[in-house]
Amino acid sequence: MFDIAVIGGGVIGGTILRELTKYQLNVCVLESCDDVSMGQSKANSGIVHAGYDAKPNSLKAKFNVLGNKMMSAYASELGVKYKNNGSLVLAFSEEDLTVLEELKTRGETNGVERLSIIDRAELNRLEPNVSDNAVGALYAPTGGIICPYELTIASIGNAMDNGAKLYCNFEVASAKKLENGYEIISTDGNKVSAKIVINCAGINSGKVASIFGDDTLNIKGRKGEYILLDRESGDFVSHTLFCTPSKAGKGILVTQTVDGNILLGPTATEVENPAPVTTAQGLAFVVDKVKSMCKNPPLFNSITSFAGVRAYSDKGDFIIEKSAIAENLINVAGIESPGLTSAPAIAKFVAEEIVAKMTSLVKNEKFNGKRTPDYFFKNLSIEEKNELIKKDSTYGKIICRCEGITEGEIIRAVRENPKAMTIDAVKRRTRAGMGRCQGGFCQPHVAEIIAREHNIAYEKVQKGGKNSTLLVGKVK
Amino acid sequence: MKNNYDLVIIGGGPAGLAAALSAYDNGAKDILIIERENRTGGILNQCIHNGFGLTRFKESLSGPEYAARFKTEVNKRGIEILTETTVLGFNKDKIVTATSPVYGIFTVQAKAIILAMGCRERSRGALNIPGSRPAGIYSAGTAQKYVNVKGYMPGKEVVILGSGDIGLIMARRMTLEGAKVHAVCEIMPYSSGLKRNIVQCLDDFGIPLYLNHTITEIRGEGRVTGVTISQVDEFKRPIPNTEKSFNCDTVLFSVGLIPENELAKSAGVPLSARTRGAIVYQNRETLTSGVFACGNALQVHDLVDFVSDEAELAGRSAAEYIIKGATIHDAFDCENGANINYVLPQKIDKNASENVKLFFRVSNTFRNCTIKAVCGDKVIATKKRLIATPGEMETLIIPTEKLKEINGTLTLSLEVNE
Amino acid sequence: MEKILLTCVECPMGCQIQVEVEKGEVLSVTGNTCPRGKLYAQNEIKCPMRVLTTTVKTYDGKMVAVKTDKPVKRESMLSLMKKINAITIDLPVKIGDIIIENLEGDANLIATDDLQ
Repeated sequence: MFDIAVIGGGVIGGTILRELTKYQLNVCVLESCDDVSMGQSKANSGIVHAGYDAKPNSLKAKFNVLGNKMMSAYASELGVKYKNNGSLVLAFSEEDLTVLEELKTRGETNGVERLSIIDRAELNRLEPNVSDNAVGALYAPTGGIICPYELTIASIGNAMDNGAKLYCNFEVASAKKLENGYEIISTDGNKVSAKIVINCAGINSGKVASIFGDDTLNIKGRKGEYILLDRESGDFVSHTLFCTPSKAGKGILVTQTVDGNILLGPTATEVENPAPVTTAQGLAFVVDKVKSMCKNPPLFNSITSFAGVRAYSDKGDFIIEKSAIAENLINVAGIESPGLTSAPAIAKFVAEEIVAKMTSLVKNEKFNGKRTPDYFFKNLSIEEKNELIKKDSTYGKIICRCEGITEGEIIRAVRENPKAMTIDAVKRRTRAGMGRCQGGFCQPHVAEIIAREHNIAYEKVQKGGKNSTLLVGKVK
Repeated sequence: MKNNYDLVIIGGGPAGLAAALSAYDNGAKDILIIERENRTGGILNQCIHNGFGLTRFKESLSGPEYAARFKTEVNKRGIEILTETTVLGFNKDKIVTATSPVYGIFTVQAKAIILAMGCRERSRGALNIPGSRPAGIYSAGTAQKYVNVKGYMPGKEVVILGSGDIGLIMARRMTLEGAKVHAVCEIMPYSSGLKRNIVQCLDDFGIPLYLNHTITEIRGEGRVTGVTISQVDEFKRPIPNTEKSFNCDTVLFSVGLIPENELAKSAGVPLSARTRGAIVYQNRETLTSGVFACGNALQVHDLVDFVSDEAELAGRSAAEYIIKGATIHDAFDCENGANINYVLPQKIDKNASENVKLFFRVSNTFRNCTIKAVCGDKVIATKKRLIATPGEMETLIIPTEKLKEINGTLTLSLEVNE
Repeated sequence: MEKILLTCVECPMGCQIQVEVEKGEVLSVTGNTCPRGKLYAQNEIKCPMRVLTTTVKTYDGKMVAVKTDKPVKRESMLSLMKKINAITIDLPVKIGDIIIENLEGDANLIATDDLQ
């Protein structure tokens, strides 16, 4: 029996799981998909928000500002790329400027440091490609960028290195109350027992809570569509550019990513069906908005478009509390933006302020928070690389030419925690297939490595997701 | 392997092999070919269909057969080849850095470099086709590799977007292997593939070609389950209520090729925004002295025979550079004018010793038209065409003796005859 | 008399050929730019012929590229594919090696790649 089972392997579940391995606890995470980070942690903007957006005294405000301050050290310990690039909220009218003043005051109340309103000339100096129609901006130098799935994979991988267990393809179907906890049963009939359950199921957290008898969560989905541009255009902007928020919402953003691409989006549409599909209208909306924010955006360099569905609660704020109805259940739900920024702070709070009151926490002296990043090879000197290639020649062979990823790095991603089982899982860990050719050249090779390492037939290799085989069988 | 060579050729496909032979036969015998796959031949190895070599060898060869002709000659001359070796970069001093499982990361010093990296396919992402992102979406070339080299079927029920030659060839190939190809959609009013491929790959098997159509939605969660196609208007916008739906498990994209030039770009070799290949002189030397380019890395060709021709020119020029030293260029610019998408070479030496063949593509389908190369108000060369389409590369010869008459930019344009 | 328009597939030029036919007999061929075009047009009216290119599997799982060394009947391509896909061969093979003799008439299936 586990002391704690976390339901949901997204960034919230992942950071909480890792936080729990700092104590002498037997913990696991139950993930419904074939890999971790498959919900909103896979497809969001990857922004480490400064904290001027959230209403003062809300949980969002509290954890955003705390998380923002923690992120740099947190990412560096896990070997996750993080860049403090600064955010700019663009104003296009006098009215917008008034809103920016309000934002600045709100941010200062929330504890955001070094906010300032800059004029057109200063804006031009910081971002020469911003539209001539912009009249000024709110500058938040504490804003940053991070890759959401890299952070999730690293958190869960490190938690696993410290003893946590990961159960993929474990979609919670029912739960049986035991004397000292729950027996959790998956749709496939697999069972896991735990004394405490932490519900981090994102878009499904309302459903999961009700499986444990708590019907109080009302969680809905809001879809966001994005367009990603090639690294060739990676210097188009360096800061994260937002529009001044209006009644219609935060609007879309233009940002560099930590991997050097340019990300455009997201739209915001309420959806019943959480399928992350893009639409012609959605993508056209992104294009139009970007054109109004920037001069000559290099849209010709688009390499992919995608959508993500963000879960939010009808309370308008995060839900981070022990269920008032279901015993030994903690709900961490409705974690919409700035959830990614808040994740490290939420994780700490859940462990130290909620779990600690339910069970005694004894420090795990063996905990090692460091993780060798999946991109470690890129950071080696040529001498170090050659040293490694001498021992393991697979590091000398490039598989993904667009991103320069070697066979050795792919084999490592397939073997390390959490093991990559699919083409997409390899892509999220190594970036193989994430470049300008979108896997056209490397996919057949990556599939071969997965088949070989996991000892499965070539035609059984999956792209990622249920029933997503790449091939339908042998030609003859 | 040594640490210095007169000539390093990046890429062992049709361009690299032909360039090597030509450089060798013109006196530059100290050559290294660097190839990233485990055998030379490049994309020809998976192009098992025939039709290659008709202009060069006067017979219809398959891709591997065409490549073998060059491989045999390269082997006869003992030209050194490194396979499973990827070039990571080079610099203006012509130091090439590469990596291989055998040698690790190493550098070689070259006197001259030939860029022969070929091209890549445009992917779905470049078009932003809406819908989901399930398995079963491939570029035509990737599907070709799975079927012909790996021996696996990517799917059984297929819709193809784009009527480029690889898409047409794959429509036939998948059909022969038992798949059902429901449709080939082309957003333009004409196919960008060869006419013969429309006949022998689509018509022969009753596969419908939908011109002025594009895919407007891809459906499916794990695997593709269907697509919607729509007719487009003259601005390429989908026309409402023209939707047709197909159930399929596979979508192939054959929507254009892009020269691979990340190496050239990071080495500071100036590129053309029109061709996305290097800007070159008529001898295929780039604006970086001693660095030459040819084949699909320079401009996307229709026929491998022309790739070989261009590579031979680059190989000969590189040999001359190695033997005689750097060329001092005194050149005029060559630009595209009305109705011309691009023209290559972009620079022509006034004292070039041979006729200069201009390669270009027109911007639309034109009937009964005249192509003119003009400098100021002087007409340097003209050519009449009954039909010219963007799908077929055109040429125009500028005779050597005319070069002296050009004292400014040479502009190539197309006029429709009255 | 019937006039039929064809696109020649013999080479990438894709000549537009006009054929005059009466009672199944070809009266004239125009528009071709070489003798191959004339032959193509005549065959196309009587019995369209194509060179078939495909692969053959080997015992170690590799695929060998093959073609018919002469055109075969267009209508028989799919049935020939069944015959070709039923066989498995040993490596090595060299370009020109006969894989199936007299696949259809005197057209052999031959290897078009060197594979170890």
